[in-house]
Amino acid sequence: MTAQLAVSSGKSRRLRLMRSKPKPYMHPYLAGILLGLVLFAAFFFTGNGLGASGGVNRIVVFFEDLLAPQHVDRTAYLLEMAGGSENALDSWIVFITIGTMIGGFLSGWINGRLRLETNRGPNVSVRVRWMMAFLGGTIMAYGARLARGCTSGQALTGGATLSAGSWVVMFAIFGGGYALAYSLRKFWN
Amino acid sequence: MPPFPLPLTDLLGHWGAYWVYLLIGIGFGAVLELAGFGNSRKLAAQFYFTEQTVLKVMFSAIVVAMSLIFLTSALGLLEFNLVWVNPTYLWPGIVGGLIMGVGFIVGGFCPGTSLVAATTLKVDGIFFALGTFFGVFAFGETVAFFEPFFYSSSYGRVTLMDVFGVPAGVVVVLVVLMALFMFWGAEQLERIFGKRDLKREPRWRYAAATGLAALALATAFIGQPTTEERTARMAPEIDRQLAERQVQIEPAELLSLIHNDRLNLIMFDVRSESDYNLFHLLDAEHIELPNIPTTLARLRMEPANTVVVVMSNTEIASTQAWAILTAESVPNVYILGGGLNTWIGTFAGADFAADHSPQTAGDDGLAYRFAAALGDRYPVAYPDPEDFNIAFEPKVTLSTRRGPSGGGCGG
Repeated sequence: MTAQLAVSSGKSRRLRLMRSKPKPYMHPYLAGILLGLVLFAAFFFTGNGLGASGGVNRIVVFFEDLLAPQHVDRTAYLLEMAGGSENALDSWIVFITIGTMIGGFLSGWINGRLRLETNRGPNVSVRVRWMMAFLGGTIMAYGARLARGCTSGQALTGGATLSAGSWVVMFAIFGGGYALAYSLRKFWN
Repeated sequence: MPPFPLPLTDLLGHWGAYWVYLLIGIGFGAVLELAGFGNSRKLAAQFYFTEQTVLKVMFSAIVVAMSLIFLTSALGLLEFNLVWVNPTYLWPGIVGGLIMGVGFIVGGFCPGTSLVAATTLKVDGIFFALGTFFGVFAFGETVAFFEPFFYSSSYGRVTLMDVFGVPAGVVVVLVVLMALFMFWGAEQLERIFGKRDLKREPRWRYAAATGLAALALATAFIGQPTTEERTARMAPEIDRQLAERQVQIEPAELLSLIHNDRLNLIMFDVRSESDYNLFHLLDAEHIELPNIPTTLARLRMEPANTVVVVMSNTEIASTQAWAILTAESVPNVYILGGGLNTWIGTFAGADFAADHSPQTAGDDGLAYRFAAALGDRYPVAYPDPEDFNIAFEPKVTLSTRRGPSGGGCGG
């Protein structure tokens, strides 16, 4: 009897993991209000906003520092984060980034959206999509470091505190996207 | 001082404070996933007008957070001076933003959403995330080639209020109106390009829009606290610190601060220009009392190890300057106890006093006569700490009240 129960509960858990019909996404305005509340809570309790590329940056620099500490100590930009005995992971933004991954995973799990898949336009192969994703990630991260923040760290965070520079960055992001969208329309549609 | 943001490091310790950030991150990741931002096609659709989810989520988040930040600040709950505002680097921001837009449409994510996509097993998200690792690595390795550009057009902490010269509440109302207009436009685009039936959209969004507008109007109506209101709110605390002489440091302590390489010491001399020209400490900047508020923007950009010492001939003008800076939540501000008159009395020899016969000065006047305006070229402007071994009661402590330096993705 107990064994049977264990089997059936195991089965139902697997079913939930691979639920054939994932729950629909939240209404955009509702999700936006919730995101606004998270962002406000960040500012209200800590004085800091949100971010993503900064945490990724520090994780990369942490490994660079493990492999080539002298190189880090000679590069001014890296020195600030991991020079000498400085630990690149000793920063609040790293914990935001780790939290983002945990939170995304939990929500995907609870809502039955944990599924191995590649989202792509109908006219591109999986392999091309993967290459484009890697390329896009590289370009995006390069731009994010140049602008001192990505869509989270500049557009959202600086947008809410009315930072002049962040509003400029936000419009530049949309501008860059729309400028190239037409050339890439076959790729997504 | 308003109770928020909380001094997390003081409350929870250096590593303990990171738990709070971890929780915030979890909330952030969960909401991104709930909004559908783990799905690249949903994100890319933004640029083909068929689905405006990105715009709707981002702008609702911005206006909700913005309204609450400035409303709580207006109510005296949140100290906006301690809230991190992304510094403006105009041209690197524009170029970086355009590059990001390209990366967005090529890859279908931004760094935050790709993390969520990757942890929900979207393979394209995993590749994008790997790309961001490579991208930040490439940036760190190549930034040295264009460092002057990376640090160019720096304007510091500039808000839209500063740019347009209008109160925060007005900007909040205008941004909310702009967002509501954009939502309306986005829905029209979805109707035309995405063939969406707007009648099926929930009715509560009108209530939400009304509530948001009401929040913004309330913020504008109450207004942000002025320096006078901040000072009045903090009066008991200010009076207590002054009465207990917690912030008036002895000349010997200031001398030790000047020679402490681990501190970023800023000295403001708030006397008249003629007094400053006659004599001032080496490296003391001349800022007259009415101009003290103009230093705030700059002080907010200083690193966490910054100590500010204000001075006048006695303590009268310097105490007023201290009160303004303290009410505006500049951390670690101190007064030169007894003023420059006491400084000279401490570090100038008997010969100097004889040559510059003491005079009976007015309320906040210079107690020594200077025949020539030599400024900081008098030896007493830069006493050698080796020559003096004066015991003092140390009062300077570095407060960690201010949020960690560097914010957003800038970390």
